Amino acid sequence: MTDPGGDGDLRQSVPVGRSHRIPLPSLAAAALVLVTTALALVFFVAPNDADQGFSQRIFYFHVSIAMTAYACFVAGAWQGFKHLTRRDPGADLAGYVAVHQGLIFGSGVLLTGSIWAKISWGHWWLWSEDQLVLFLVLFLFYCAYFMLRYSLEPGPQRENMSAVYSLFGVVLIPVSFLAIRLAKGLIHPVVFTRHGPSFGGWILVTYCVSQAAMLVLAYTLYRVELAGKRLDVRLRELKEVLV
Amino acid sequence: MIRAQGLGKRFGEKRVLRGVDLELPRGGFVVVTGPNGSGKTTLLRICAGLALPSEGELAVAAGRADIGYLGHEPLVYRELTALENLDLYGRLYRVSERRERIGMLLERLGLWEVRHDRVASYSRGMTQRLALCRVLLHDPALLVLDEPYTALDAAGAELLDLELAELRGERTCLLSTHDPARVAPLQSGRLELSA
Amino acid sequence: MTYARDVAALARKDLLLELRARDTLPAMLLFVVATFVVFHFALPASPSRLAASGLLWVAILFTALLGLGRAFVPEREQRVLDGLVLAPCDRSAIWVAKSLATLAFLAAAEVVALPVYALFFHPVSGSTVLGVALADLGICTVGTFVGAMAVATRARDLLLPLLFLPLAIPIVVGGVGASVVGAPGRYLGFLALYDLLFALVCWASFEYVVAE
Repeated sequence: MTDPGGDGDLRQSVPVGRSHRIPLPSLAAAALVLVTTALALVFFVAPNDADQGFSQRIFYFHVSIAMTAYACFVAGAWQGFKHLTRRDPGADLAGYVAVHQGLIFGSGVLLTGSIWAKISWGHWWLWSEDQLVLFLVLFLFYCAYFMLRYSLEPGPQRENMSAVYSLFGVVLIPVSFLAIRLAKGLIHPVVFTRHGPSFGGWILVTYCVSQAAMLVLAYTLYRVELAGKRLDVRLRELKEVLV
Repeated sequence: MIRAQGLGKRFGEKRVLRGVDLELPRGGFVVVTGPNGSGKTTLLRICAGLALPSEGELAVAAGRADIGYLGHEPLVYRELTALENLDLYGRLYRVSERRERIGMLLERLGLWEVRHDRVASYSRGMTQRLALCRVLLHDPALLVLDEPYTALDAAGAELLDLELAELRGERTCLLSTHDPARVAPLQSGRLELSA
Repeated sequence: MTYARDVAALARKDLLLELRARDTLPAMLLFVVATFVVFHFALPASPSRLAASGLLWVAILFTALLGLGRAFVPEREQRVLDGLVLAPCDRSAIWVAKSLATLAFLAAAEVVALPVYALFFHPVSGSTVLGVALADLGICTVGTFVGAMAVATRARDLLLPLLFLPLAIPIVVGGVGASVVGAPGRYLGFLALYDLLFALVCWASFEYVVAE
């Protein structure tokens, strides 16, 4: 019953070369193409909005970035759920990277929203903008996610807490949105009606391309960061085995 | 009772346990020894169900209600009295004839006189004896004791010897200690961990 | 039901601990009254009803934070939580019991705070009291949960407000709405929804916060 001095332990705790369906280089290329196309469409092709003019162009990115951020947070929560229910070994890191991307794109929302507000209304911040305020709350929430993570030693407890917290985040999103609406006491026009009764033609195309561009960009960055982090973990594991 | 193969545990990058095999039959008494840092505490925590192994297989034929764990900490509330602590645990473990059993254990382990005093006022030896009461309260089928003798005074150690001798054969025991000679007459197997 | 009995046993333990220590509840009472006094000096004379309602909720929130910070201290010292986790009872019972105990303290503090508020600022309406009651549920369930998380980390006291405040923002919205608006039904309903949703998530996931 003595403990063998095993050194043939090259089993991975976290899968590194996990096969994603789409290879990274083609993903990056697709992102580049889409982003360029989106930029071209937004600045040269899409028609000018009657009352907002130039500032409305930022809105294409503002909304697509926002939707992408939501998608990242939901993805993070899904990884958290997988970690808790199925004990999926790669889920913790994947969830962390997803939330990280969500926070980056969330900052993008605050930035683009602020710029739009300044151009349109002359103020760098508007409490009347639901989406902006919601992202402020989410920004605080997910920053706390990182503080929580940094406050714990790596291990099962940190993974569990992160997973639970990201699940809370996903519940918080609709609840906060409702709260912000209630706080204003009136109904705010949803983005699609902002562009007037005829939302079609180039406006729709431009929006869809920007949205696709942001999603693919986010996914590319997610894959890059995840691969990097997994490689780090693997490297440390190997070092430990050699010691 | 316990069957473990290739157990390993890592905390982040630090590996604390590696390739441990353990076979503890019902009624057995296995003593775990090894230098500090060899993972004795981690192994016992895993067997008690407080931690999950990072690798390997573990089968424990006892649920939470049948396991009694004594760790480095006594796991009692310092601001409550011995009676209140044991009453709480008695309720949580659904101990039948709770009051009688608590009284009996307190008396057997020499704490009857101080049962209404707060644990904060106890000496270290007395606190450890209370922890033993907690462990034995629900008459667990599997006892997992992590260096139980360390915090005990001489009188307490003798009491523990008596308790263990009584349980030998009837209950299963997994015990870690720095003083294997003391429990040598009782043991049925030995596990030596290396750092 | 054994679940209810477990919760009762654990809640009794928490109340007993506070009775012995007698530090958290008096501190909360003193804190909330002191906060009101600070508010008086921080605002221009006679704040409007709207502003004063906001102050009430800020005071409640931070008084609750004070209490929540103390909630899991007995368990984390010397890892007594392990003892509770080892027991055969459902781990979520630990959270329910702790929430109930914290709720008791918060309610006790508010029994003093609300009349004092009415004395210093504006009279308190029935819908405000109802709003406070519903908000308390949310504050204690979510706060206790997050308190358990915070207390397991290195940062502890630092982390609790960071984790709690973003989650508490909807509570403040509901509470202020209930205090101020003529037809508070929507806001009270929202508070109830918040309580239900988050209680569910907390109940389902507490297991993972305390055990591996």
